[in-house]
Amino acid sequence: MSETSASPPSAAALEVRGLSVGYGPVRALREVSLDVPAGAVVAVLGGNGAGKSTLLRAISRTLGYHRGAVTAGTVSYGGRDLHGAGAARAVAAGIVQVPEGRQVFARMTVADNLRAGALGATGGRTATRAALAHVHELFPVLADRARQHAGLLSGGEQQMLALGRALMSGPKLLMLDEPSLGLAPLMAARIAETIQQINATGTSVLLVEQNAALALRLASTAYVLDVGEVALHGPAAELAASDEVRRRYLGVVDETAAEDADRARTAAPTLSRWTA
Amino acid sequence: MTTLIELLLGGLSMGAVYALIALGFVVIFKATEVVNFAHASLLLAGGYVTAVLHDDLGFWFALAVGIAGAAVVGAAVEFFVMRRYRGSDHSVLAIVTIGVDILLVTELTRRIGTRVLSPGDPWGDKVVTFGAVSMAQTRIAALLAAALLITAFLLAFRYTSWGVAMRAAAENPQTAALMGVRLGRVSLSAWAVAGALAAVAALFLTVFPTPGLERATSLAALKAFPAAILGGLDSTTGALAGGLIVGVIESLATGYQSDLSFLGRGIGDLAPYLVMVVVLLIRPAGLFGTKEPARV
Repeated sequence: MSETSASPPSAAALEVRGLSVGYGPVRALREVSLDVPAGAVVAVLGGNGAGKSTLLRAISRTLGYHRGAVTAGTVSYGGRDLHGAGAARAVAAGIVQVPEGRQVFARMTVADNLRAGALGATGGRTATRAALAHVHELFPVLADRARQHAGLLSGGEQQMLALGRALMSGPKLLMLDEPSLGLAPLMAARIAETIQQINATGTSVLLVEQNAALALRLASTAYVLDVGEVALHGPAAELAASDEVRRRYLGVVDETAAEDADRARTAAPTLSRWTA
Repeated sequence: MTTLIELLLGGLSMGAVYALIALGFVVIFKATEVVNFAHASLLLAGGYVTAVLHDDLGFWFALAVGIAGAAVVGAAVEFFVMRRYRGSDHSVLAIVTIGVDILLVTELTRRIGTRVLSPGDPWGDKVVTFGAVSMAQTRIAALLAAALLITAFLLAFRYTSWGVAMRAAAENPQTAALMGVRLGRVSLSAWAVAGALAAVAALFLTVFPTPGLERATSLAALKAFPAAILGGLDSTTGALAGGLIVGVIESLATGYQSDLSFLGRGIGDLAPYLVMVVVLLIRPAGLFGTKEPARV
């Protein structure tokens, strides 16, 4: 990031230590530790069911809505333990999550969606007005379509609205759950660029992505979750260069992988009866 | 012709009162997805407080206390009962409200006994005449009060932060929570508002030409159920339309009862339910309801 932090919102560090989460008897996270330093972009990679969304829910204090609970470990932000806090307290502390699949309020207008984003804000009217101006500057299309119902926006515009809505409360740590999911490549690139812009104003970003190439380009540090545990972590550039990450998440086919695929193809029986 | 106009006006006035009740019902459903069968008991509680206090406090003050009282009862039901069942299935919660209703109505009917309590309103049985059309003052007051309250409510729902929080929580509670909306407060305020609206409706259900507040008043409140359902349970516009439709149809069916004698007597009481069934056959979600309220 070129000119880092003119820093209006003073970001603090997020520390996750030894976090275990269960949904009833199902363990979703096991002893996960993770840091988001102030002003950084941190990526969390992993396949389906690796526990990425669970990690975000534990930080945003919304596990209860999914019948999950923290069984061990702590989440603290700026040195303050979030244990026992509700979702509203997390938002008041400056942690805002953009949910997976955008989840805009489809039956409400774009303007009302943005107002809803400011409901948890603690800054008062002037702060909200400034936040709205900032969001309109980032996404002019949201100003043009203010009176339209959010359900009528395109996928990319809905993602912009979801981002804008989260920015309305002036977050210090923005958590994004699969922001590029289901978007055309050009739109995904546009969203990535916006994330960089948001980070440049001093907001830390915790980014969960299946699109590992995009995530590793944006992030300074990355974690790889595998079946609820941290399998790898380190500087994003290092991870991007590692063979395992390249093979598993970046779709780079090296020679052994190609051999594996060949072997699988020859070993698979032909279903002549059904394909005839 | 005069009869028709009188019946229509009377129907609109009753319909506006039903709309008040249906609106509270819809607000609770939107905010919490719970079908509140205890609504009639909130209404009875508000009406009872007003009727008991008006001798000592004067009518307007007693009405204010009645409205506040019903709001407090509604909030208390949410806080002490419904909140304990949070996360339970919505059908379980609906059955819990039936239990609450039985408790409240039993206690209130015990207090009311066989008495018929006057609400102590200033309108009495005075009638206003425009040309050939005459209308009870109470009906005009009901129409005006309901129109005023409903307008105020809809404006608040659309423009205030409370309204935005309500609509956001109704559409997607988890995402609303991520925005910092406190869902507990949203649901508490929904119950309180519903109680307050029901108390106003209670007043106009018990003024002239009705004799007063009695045990059966909560049965009259039940007519708001078909109103809310035929309008669409999750639509405030639907509550308004449903209330007016039920009021007008009931009034017309009662007024022209002698011409409809082949249907037997008492068709006026039945008509709202018949209309509801017909509407639901054609539009299963109600006139203004969302087609698929269930979430995946």
